[in-house]
Amino acid sequence: MANGLTGEEVALRGFRFLRTRAGDALAEIGRVSLLIGETLQLLARRRPAFRLLVQQMNGIGVDSLWLVLVVSLFTGAVAAVQAAYQFTAVVPLKYLSAVIMRSVVIELGPVLTALVIGGRVGASIAAELGTMKVTEQIDALRAMGINPVRYLVAPRVTAAIIMLPILTIYADVIAIFGGFVVAVNVVGVSAATYLQGLREFFYMKDVMSGIVKALFFGGIIGTMGCYYGFQTEGGAEGVGKATTGAVVTSCVLVLILDYILASILFRVVFA
Amino acid sequence: MIEIRGLKKRLSRKPVLDGLDLDVRTGETLVVLGPSGTGKSVLLKHIIGLMAPDEGSIRIDGEEIVGLKEGALNRVRRRFGMLFQGAALFDSMTVGENVSLAMLEHQNGMTPDEVERRVRERLEWVGLRGAESMKPASLSGGMRKRVGLARALALDPEYILYDEPTTGLDPIMADVINQLIRDLQKQLNVTSVAVTHDITSAYTIADRIVLLYDGRIVFSGTPDETRGTRDPMVRQFIEGSSHGPIQPV
Repeated sequence: MANGLTGEEVALRGFRFLRTRAGDALAEIGRVSLLIGETLQLLARRRPAFRLLVQQMNGIGVDSLWLVLVVSLFTGAVAAVQAAYQFTAVVPLKYLSAVIMRSVVIELGPVLTALVIGGRVGASIAAELGTMKVTEQIDALRAMGINPVRYLVAPRVTAAIIMLPILTIYADVIAIFGGFVVAVNVVGVSAATYLQGLREFFYMKDVMSGIVKALFFGGIIGTMGCYYGFQTEGGAEGVGKATTGAVVTSCVLVLILDYILASILFRVVFA
Repeated sequence: MIEIRGLKKRLSRKPVLDGLDLDVRTGETLVVLGPSGTGKSVLLKHIIGLMAPDEGSIRIDGEEIVGLKEGALNRVRRRFGMLFQGAALFDSMTVGENVSLAMLEHQNGMTPDEVERRVRERLEWVGLRGAESMKPASLSGGMRKRVGLARALALDPEYILYDEPTTGLDPIMADVINQLIRDLQKQLNVTSVAVTHDITSAYTIADRIVLLYDGRIVFSGTPDETRGTRDPMVRQFIEGSSHGPIQPV
């Protein structure tokens, strides 16, 4: 064998490597669960200070609004172009607005908003808390007898859970409007036909499913940003790693949870 | 009175504190000297419960704090003020908000006027009258430390812990901080523990000096005793020599 190792030794090393990795992954899940548990426990006992909550809702929601609006405007526009192309000679264009609306409200609105906010807000939470960790500001809070989970995590997670559905509703409306602009001006569907399609195929449960998803996505983004921030070790490099970790993990979890929630919502709850 | 017995702590499998015994008497200012990386800050963080030891006991006025839950620890911590090495000011807040945070969070029946008055008074104590609305990012190192000190004094602590109070300051600003610590000590009659490797600072502020090496206290004496000692480790440390029983790491 290469490096003078027997097959058995190679197998053993491989096994040890996998065991360590599996152990690390389990430990990570455990730590995240503990953070979620503590946050929920604190929230059950006392809601976060109004001032802190408003501050975070402003940072997470209001400051992200323009980004979400631009992204959703073009999402709707692209959906119109793509759907019109796929409809060619198969499906009548009077269904165009219905397809745009339902794909936006059920899927594109909540998921794209979550991915964009996961990038913007997840990163900023992780970087802020990570910097606080490495400059001993979190220790300073604890030294003052202030619980950092109550003071830092609870308002951020709550604000993300409140703001994601609100941003999603904005995204839905603007995306449908973006689809309208393209459908009417480029594809050549009349405004009346577009609006008629919207009216005919509007289902409240579609909107509700998107909002339920957004609630969970908000929880993921807030929690992951805080978790990675708190885990930060060792200066600027550590803050960079925490930021990347928060964004990558929130985005992956959003997509996985999207599948799970879709299965539950459309095969069980609304079936 | 702080009584520490048999304190052991390993970090990344390396013993940092190795059966450390130390008493801090009520009303005294104790300076813990020691080379960098010998666990001085780790010791302070154990006293205020930011780190939990692997073994050993820490009693604050007779109350054992090792093994206390976070909620109970928070009650103990409110009797402490701590000045962190880099001041650890909350950079999203103004100077005034930094000083008032503990008062507002612990809602001990203070009216907004009282809070404001107390913030002003604490900032005056540290020579920063009128700095309330400044942001930490715009302050010099010495000013940051002074704001950190004002913040540590916010809740009238019985104990103050100083982590390297003069590190990173020019000699004149270091002396300003030393005098400030000395004056506050006299005025407020608190019990203090300072960790430092700055001998001048130790001589200025200490009632008693101990040397931490290899995870234990290896020397204890008054500033005068420290100056005159023949203990080879202390001599090496105060003379600043790389040759001797203390191995630089």
